[in-house]
Amino acid sequence: MKLFDLKGGVHPEGKKDLSAERHIRALPLPKKLYVPLQQHIGAPATPIVNVGNKVLKGQLIATAQGAVSSSIHAPTSGTITALGDHVAPHPSGLPVPTITLESDGEDRWFMTRIVDDPLALAPEEVAACVAAAGIVGLGGATFPSALKLNLSRSSGVQTLIMNGGECEPYLTCDDRIMRERAVEIVEGIRLIAHAVAAKEILVGIEDNKPEAIAAMQEAAQGTTVKVVAMPSMYPMGSEKQIIQVLTGNEVPAGGRPADIGVLVHNVATAFAVQQAVRYGKPLISRIVTISGGAILQPCNLEVLIGTPLQELIDFNGGYTQPAARLVLGGPMMGQQFTNTNVPVVKGTSGVLALLASEIGHAEASPCIRCSTCVRACPVGLLPLEMAAHIRTADLTGAVALGLKDCIACGSCSYVCPAHIPLVHFFNYAKGDLAAQERSKLKQEATKKLAEARNERLARIERERAEAAAKRKAAREAKERAAKEAAAKAAEEAV
Amino acid sequence: MLFAAVVSLTILGTVFGLLLGVAARYLKVEGNPLVAELEQLLPGSQCGQCGFPGCTGAAQALADGSAPVTLCPPGGRAVVQLLADKLGIEADLSGVEEKGPMIAEVKEEICIGCTRCFKVCPTDAIMGAAQQIHVVFREACTACGKCEEVCPTESIKLQAVPVTLQSWYWNKPMAGEAV
Repeated sequence: MKLFDLKGGVHPEGKKDLSAERHIRALPLPKKLYVPLQQHIGAPATPIVNVGNKVLKGQLIATAQGAVSSSIHAPTSGTITALGDHVAPHPSGLPVPTITLESDGEDRWFMTRIVDDPLALAPEEVAACVAAAGIVGLGGATFPSALKLNLSRSSGVQTLIMNGGECEPYLTCDDRIMRERAVEIVEGIRLIAHAVAAKEILVGIEDNKPEAIAAMQEAAQGTTVKVVAMPSMYPMGSEKQIIQVLTGNEVPAGGRPADIGVLVHNVATAFAVQQAVRYGKPLISRIVTISGGAILQPCNLEVLIGTPLQELIDFNGGYTQPAARLVLGGPMMGQQFTNTNVPVVKGTSGVLALLASEIGHAEASPCIRCSTCVRACPVGLLPLEMAAHIRTADLTGAVALGLKDCIACGSCSYVCPAHIPLVHFFNYAKGDLAAQERSKLKQEATKKLAEARNERLARIERERAEAAAKRKAAREAKERAAKEAAAKAAEEAV
Repeated sequence: MLFAAVVSLTILGTVFGLLLGVAARYLKVEGNPLVAELEQLLPGSQCGQCGFPGCTGAAQALADGSAPVTLCPPGGRAVVQLLADKLGIEADLSGVEEKGPMIAEVKEEICIGCTRCFKVCPTDAIMGAAQQIHVVFREACTACGKCEEVCPTESIKLQAVPVTLQSWYWNKPMAGEAV
């Protein structure tokens, strides 16, 4: 199959050999699980359990709220011991509303419905199963999958692209799941294609994973699923970039893949979809890669959502030496964290403990305008110019240069010889713009409230005045009548 | 000849005079239109924190150029930017963020349910009833501070808006260095 060129990109050292040959193993049942109510893009879920409630594995414990949200299920059987704040797996280290579940050690499943022929279900039913299972995009974006299916069906998607790129160094969770669970993934892919009525199905896998490609090709035999080897490059596994390489089409600025008739899902999401539709199993666990120079034995683990990260690190022997930096996700786009008591969430793909030699920590020096970042940018932006605008607080100027199209892949920061934290500038600017947008919306809303109040006060005043006038008129009429009556009486008396 | 000139000029004068009169009546501009436009951009809560009697007064001062665009504390940076754009001037944002966004909060232990605060709230952001503990709707509060002034027990106070996962974002890198 003909592949299309991608502009830009970088080639960081893969480091995947650390964990690529390790079979997926299940982590022993943790005693306590911390399940945050927000593990997805959109509104947090609302808990439907109380402290002291006994729950079974896979039982719904928090329901989706509003249009963009996702449900959350109990990862194991046990007792709810707290509904409160727990530190989030997020660089801010802020607490988030979390359900704490103490496991009873029995791991007893909630009753599930088994469907023998899931492909015979109507597309709407498949999407409903996916929604009920609380599945979100497992590639990292954690967008609710059912919503994506429904949007794609209504906008007439032609091509379904399954993302097996896994271009982030160190991470091997998608590689392993494709090698070990290819049959299930292919069924999941066919279910997704069925749900959106896609005509063409492509699975893009980077050519540094030959075993995964072979396994997927074998599983896909006799189906319309086409497995394609793509060149290994970062950020090949980014949604817009994989579309460009496989179809030659570019997602328009500010647009979605559906605008050009494409839907992209991660291969791990396909596995979750298959489990949900065929076995009625909700998304309560995921594969996580534990790696990095400071880890004694890097591995791939199947972990229950809510497991504290410390248990993952300890499972295979812990550290060889103190880590210089702990990272959630890959080293390019992952988030630094310090508190190892934070839980695994639906979007956690890796836990990395890196040595000082593995991280760049040079002081930034002035930009020499070498434009290496321009060549590295896979979107075709001018990182150096954008950063200069942001530095002088000219966010509008940065937006005019295409800040909103930045995918925050970090290629520019990676190649910058002056070590300027370019992508950090863009993340800051995007956050600041979003904050400004929020305050503008609030401003408009409170303005309406103030106007409504003023109107109401004026109305009350008017009504009061009217009522007073009416009373006065009535009183006068009464007095007049009384006077007339008195006059009449006087007349009669005369 | 002289007569013709006098007549034509008189006629011209009368016609143009009438035209101007009609135009003045039908195309009348009430007040400075800029004031109304600026007032549209202000929060409209008439809180008076800028030192002017309500948002109309503030808009008037902005139009005259006697007040800086940073005059509105509840408006925050968004309003500063909007005002600066409207007036076509550079906004100096340096002094605005210092205090950070604020919000009113009721300390429930000492709220006596006197209803004074929700009577003065310009955006109906406080809910309560006599002898009931009042609460503030965060989404509707503009941190104008009117409630703080009338509260007899100092139960309602302005607090910094708590940072949540939704509102948190990365700080500006290399902030201390020269641009």
